[in-house]
Amino acid sequence: MRKWTRRAFIGAGSLVGGGFVLGVAGVAFAPGRHGVVSTDAIDKGELTSWITVTPDNFVTILVPHCEMGQGSQTGLAMMAAEEMEAEWERVRIEEAPALDAYANAYMLRAFTGESMPAPLGRAIDYGAYRLARWFGTQATGGSLAVRGTGYGMRIAGAAAREMLLAAAAERFGVPPAECAAARSHVAHAPTTQRASFGELARVAAAKPVPSNPALKDPETYTIRRTAKPRFDIPPKVDGGVGYGIDFTLPGMLHAAVDIAPVQGGRLVSVDPAPAKAMPGVQEVVELEEAVAVVADSFWRARKALAALEPAYDDAGHGDVSSASIFAAFDEALGAAPEMPAEAARVVTADYRVPFLAHATMEPMACTVRVEGERAEVWAGTQDPLNARSAAASALDFDTDQIHLTNLMLGGGYGRRLPFCFDYVDLAARIAQAMSPAPVKLVWSRENDIQHDYYRPAAMCRYAGALDADGRPLAVGAHYAGGGDRESLFMPYAIPDQRFDARNAPHHVREGAWRSVLNSQHGFFKESFIDELAHAAGRDPYAFRRDLMDEHPRFRAALDRVAEMAGWGGPLPAGEGRGIAIAESFGSIVAQVAHVAVSPAGRLRVRNVHAAVDCGDVVNTDSAAAQIEGGVVFGLSAALVGAITIGEGRVVESNFGDHRMIRMADAPNVEVEFIRSGERLGGLGEPGVPPVAPAVTNAIFAATGIRVRDLPIENQDLSRA
Amino acid sequence: MAITLTVNGQTHTVDVEPDTPLLWVLRDTLGLTGTKFGCGIAACGACTVHLDGRAVRTCTLPVSAVEGMPITTIEGLAQDGRLHEVQQAWIDHQVPQCGYCQSGMIMAVSALLARRPDPSDEQIDATITNICRCGTFVRVRRAIHAVAEGGNEEERHA
Ligand code: FES
Ligand code: FES
Repeated sequence: MRKWTRRAFIGAGSLVGGGFVLGVAGVAFAPGRHGVVSTDAIDKGELTSWITVTPDNFVTILVPHCEMGQGSQTGLAMMAAEEMEAEWERVRIEEAPALDAYANAYMLRAFTGESMPAPLGRAIDYGAYRLARWFGTQATGGSLAVRGTGYGMRIAGAAAREMLLAAAAERFGVPPAECAAARSHVAHAPTTQRASFGELARVAAAKPVPSNPALKDPETYTIRRTAKPRFDIPPKVDGGVGYGIDFTLPGMLHAAVDIAPVQGGRLVSVDPAPAKAMPGVQEVVELEEAVAVVADSFWRARKALAALEPAYDDAGHGDVSSASIFAAFDEALGAAPEMPAEAARVVTADYRVPFLAHATMEPMACTVRVEGERAEVWAGTQDPLNARSAAASALDFDTDQIHLTNLMLGGGYGRRLPFCFDYVDLAARIAQAMSPAPVKLVWSRENDIQHDYYRPAAMCRYAGALDADGRPLAVGAHYAGGGDRESLFMPYAIPDQRFDARNAPHHVREGAWRSVLNSQHGFFKESFIDELAHAAGRDPYAFRRDLMDEHPRFRAALDRVAEMAGWGGPLPAGEGRGIAIAESFGSIVAQVAHVAVSPAGRLRVRNVHAAVDCGDVVNTDSAAAQIEGGVVFGLSAALVGAITIGEGRVVESNFGDHRMIRMADAPNVEVEFIRSGERLGGLGEPGVPPVAPAVTNAIFAATGIRVRDLPIENQDLSRA
Repeated sequence: MAITLTVNGQTHTVDVEPDTPLLWVLRDTLGLTGTKFGCGIAACGACTVHLDGRAVRTCTLPVSAVEGMPITTIEGLAQDGRLHEVQQAWIDHQVPQCGYCQSGMIMAVSALLARRPDPSDEQIDATITNICRCGTFVRVRRAIHAVAEGGNEEERHA
């Protein structure tokens, strides 16, 4: 493989109309010249770069990540603008279109010549998103937007600043070192000359591209580490944002779909006549695993679909239930891990967590128009390039026959990641049957709840050994349902640790769910360490803390959250605090939950405090919002979340039986950040894993009842 | 069947089956897509609009039942180019994440505040039962109280 260098991947050029464009990590940069972005490419809209400066003195930053509401687009723009010394009020953001030139993978390749940028190295190391997944993807997942792409953004901003400084120096007739950039202008103090970035753009575009632009000292940040309003919010308060489900075209038809209820099942028969007799119905489309009604409005399609009685086979899974899956887990786990013979005390415990749905508030939706050899796709996805491939394979097209426009997502949480594009695949096949009419497929909530890529159900059998002084000698677990290095990691100095994966396969379709494997193992390991603490007769905070000599970042987060929550302070009877800590996606999050449990067993989570070490914080306000959201998301799972399998299919079907918490159950959430200066960690996911164990540990403190199976609502918390 | 609707002060005559839920008439017939589909069983609140000033879920409300009644959707909440105070509070407190539930949330909250300008937490909990999967409840509550206290907090984002 060719050895890429950083230099080869910073490019700059002129924009038609006198602007300046600069990019890092493009692929089209020819070595040895710097007019690297051809005007041809620009005219076609195929910018390979990320920052433009136009003569009106606006900086536009192209962000290769979709906006799911985490504020990553604003965060990335802040990183670039900071290095550039742009005036924040003169920065605009555009989402990069689905072009190969934007694939996140190029970031990776661009930098491997010198050294792997730390955030990427870590993600690969930890394996939740394996290296292969990075290639050919433009994914927004794994909390990676601000971590991975952010580094490129900083390089791009710094390079742009240096070129603008060089342009100013030429214009002022002074050495570049005497010029300073600030607020989208370059000034030369001794001669009081000043020019805007916009005025300098044309000249800057012809300046040599710096090979190693200097990045700012974090202590001099003026944009980062502040709370900036997110760009995407104003259109979200007046109904102005067009999500995937809102897309429309003239002459568009609407499709409603019914899918074989058992994963892997096939459509055996359906009589289309009852639907065809209904108003507005254009066609009943039979697919291998589904039947769709296409009509002139969604409501008509949906109503006509309800008139059908399709028959499906169950792919041989008709006997599978949640009970049979957990029974298989139980058997596969076998005996608890063996503990050393010198142990004074051995503690064992089994934990179980169910399948979970993503339940994005926007149901899956996708519009497709197939015209001869070309197809156009409009959908909200977390990975437009991979979604395009899904459409191509559904149609038996090459990817370059497909044009995909990514639209705003009404929630992702992992549901719209690569290999989860069944809605795109179905829409493409239905549209092919209706070609050349465009067809919008909108899933019902029932489709969504019953045809997700679920958070894996899992079971874990822990054993731990304490010595005569209550110090842990060993800990081990057998686990079924998945686990990896990151999710199994414990920051505790326990000399003997033994973890063993056991397999008990089933047919239920699984995928990445906000925080991936950490959502299960965060609960398992932080419940068990709590049980060990109580077995040792120790305070659960002090017990953890004493084992963290080698992990000062963990200890600092634990100390911070204990202080925030007033750990150890008096509480009324029936109330308790629980503590938990987990690292995921490069961020360490410690939480304390404060709960009240009535004698009748009614649980109320009053407060959740969170201390977060994500290295540094780009946008303080949206960072806090991500943790608040993660806490609520994790709390829904802990309190009421479950997908149940019966007769091979998902039992729950809509928000009536698949529940999530609402205002009345949402606790007050307080978030503080620790700036450890370590590399940036994610924020979208790491708030989730500690919630469930913090709450169940608090329930134990309040009641003496240990909850080992989620969701908590299935447990009896009443005391006689 | 021809049905006459008054939406955001404008009169429309639509030709749809009388059992069509108002939600789909708003979205697909009138093109007012700010009102969202979330569940179709009146369980999430994404489809909330004002009917004669009260918050209603439109996904199970037959269009024939609202003929002639004044309907306000999220698109009609701002007056004379000025955002409604709840919309402004949503920006000031950076409430939305993905934003999908927020049209319904804002309609539900604005109807509550019109009736009870200073609701207690219990009243908020009992009335605002919309689902937000992104988990923005902490900020929803904060923003409601800020509006109730008269005007929005000082700029948090100066
Ligand atoms: S869509 Fe109407 S309440 Fe959910
Ligand atoms: S902001 Fe995403 S569902 Fe509420």
